[in-house]
Amino acid sequence: MSTMTIKLKIWRQKNSHDPGHFEDYKLDDVNEHMSFLEMLDVLNENLIKEGTDPVEFDYDCREGICGSCNLVINGRAHGPKHMTAVCQLHMREYNNGDTIVIEPPRAAAFPVIKDLVVDRSAFDRIIEAGGYVSVKTGAAPEANLIPVPQDTSNIAFDYATCIGCGACVAACPNSSASLFTGAKIAHLNSLPQGQPERDKRTIAMVNQMEKEGFGDCSNFAECEAVCPVGISIASIAEMRKDYVKAIF
Amino acid sequence: MPSFTEALQSQVGRKILTGLTGIFLVLFIIFHLGGNLAILGEPDAMNRYSMFLHDMGPLLWIARIGLLAVFVIHAWLGISIWLRKRKARPNNYAVYSSKGGPSKQGLSSRSMAFTGVVLLIFVIFHINTFALGETQTVMIDGQETHDIKSLVIDTFENSALYAFGYAFVMLLLGTHLGHGIWSAFTSLTLSNKKASAVVYTIGVLLAIVLAVGFLFIPLYIYFGGGCDAALINCN
Ligand code: HEM
Ligand code: SF4
Ligand code: FES
Repeated sequence: MSTMTIKLKIWRQKNSHDPGHFEDYKLDDVNEHMSFLEMLDVLNENLIKEGTDPVEFDYDCREGICGSCNLVINGRAHGPKHMTAVCQLHMREYNNGDTIVIEPPRAAAFPVIKDLVVDRSAFDRIIEAGGYVSVKTGAAPEANLIPVPQDTSNIAFDYATCIGCGACVAACPNSSASLFTGAKIAHLNSLPQGQPERDKRTIAMVNQMEKEGFGDCSNFAECEAVCPVGISIASIAEMRKDYVKAIF
Repeated sequence: MPSFTEALQSQVGRKILTGLTGIFLVLFIIFHLGGNLAILGEPDAMNRYSMFLHDMGPLLWIARIGLLAVFVIHAWLGISIWLRKRKARPNNYAVYSSKGGPSKQGLSSRSMAFTGVVLLIFVIFHINTFALGETQTVMIDGQETHDIKSLVIDTFENSALYAFGYAFVMLLLGTHLGHGIWSAFTSLTLSNKKASAVVYTIGVLLAIVLAVGFLFIPLYIYFGGGCDAALINCN
């Protein structure tokens, strides 16, 4: 098993008012089988032992399903690999002596809370604006009461895989949230259950996205390239179509 | 529900309007290039073309005003999208790079606002030179008309600055359209997952054809072409 020395340049920021700065670190004996986040765990253990503040970063599941992790590594959201969240990234992607620059997602709508942790509640507010289906709660309904064609269900599922990580915003040169919002709209609008609130949902979510201060979409498609689950920009087209249908 | 005008100002509305005005401008410049290429035709082809336009009378004015409106709306939207993007990311990344793959990020897409603003300045200058420039009159079919061809040839023949300056701006036009044509189709949801690569390639090819078509003419004249016109005094 080979080990390597990795140099790190990590964004440190005490709180949202602090202007922030880069701090250099060096880690010896990085194991190639470590995940990227495990490498940061090792760094933090060292920092704690030294009596310094560990680097704050977001994670939860560490298996690519929760959408908590969202680091920008050497200028790429979620690191160098396609269809991979940072938590699924391994140190074997790097070589001995590499310098790795780690920054938080940068967007006015995602203010830094501390170090690499940003506040993504703007996404929650977009969901609250219309990313749901209103139902009378009570006993669970019979699953086959509303037939959904297989094709439709496949399409809806593809869009539903969005984990809300915000990498699309982080990577977009305009900090647009169109991929996220498009995926959520396209998911619910493609299902029969989503039809009654379709127009209202589309308008409300598009408006909220704007209100939160995300930029416009310029069709860079960078979002699709960094999305850990491969949401296609076709979702943005669905959002645009449904918006126009809702107006007329 | 938002009103129609509110909808036009939403992110989706702005994008569709940018795309529509962009496509319209592309259609216009295709038409414009057709007119320019008349300089390669019969000696009086270009002046005949100019006469044909002037004979349209009020229709020409409607077209001009419409075109101006589309141009202004497009430029305004483009600049406002750029201003908003600056607000949306006040602190830039220290290191940033594209992840490639499906990404269409590159020189063309990243420079839309820059190439656009250059085009805006260029168009003002261009109208001043050719549409408002002083022309001689010539007779065609017994009718007096502007000798626009002489103005064009005089302008490019004697000035490397004009000839190469125009050619350079036309390269920027090509750069604008390299991303622009694909982007407009995508904004108008006329492209999809399967068609995307084809639409992108066609967009780039059309951008190259248009840029080369436009930059060819000033260089052709500068290097002595277009001189054997019967209507023009060549030295
Ligand atoms: C001959 C003139 C022009 C043509 C043919 C043209 C064409 C286009 C096309 C086809 C698009 C794609 C639209 C879309 O993304 O939906 C576009 C986008 C754009 N244009 Fe132009 N354009 C011209 C002049 C200008 C001018 C004068 C400006 C600004 C001053 C400008 C700024 C922009 C910007 C910033 C975009 C990108 C919009 C975005 O980020 O989404 N363009 N243009
Ligand atoms: S669309 Fe992709 S990149 Fe954007 S939030 Fe969803 S999973 Fe993350
Ligand atoms: S930690 Fe859950 S997706 Fe990365």
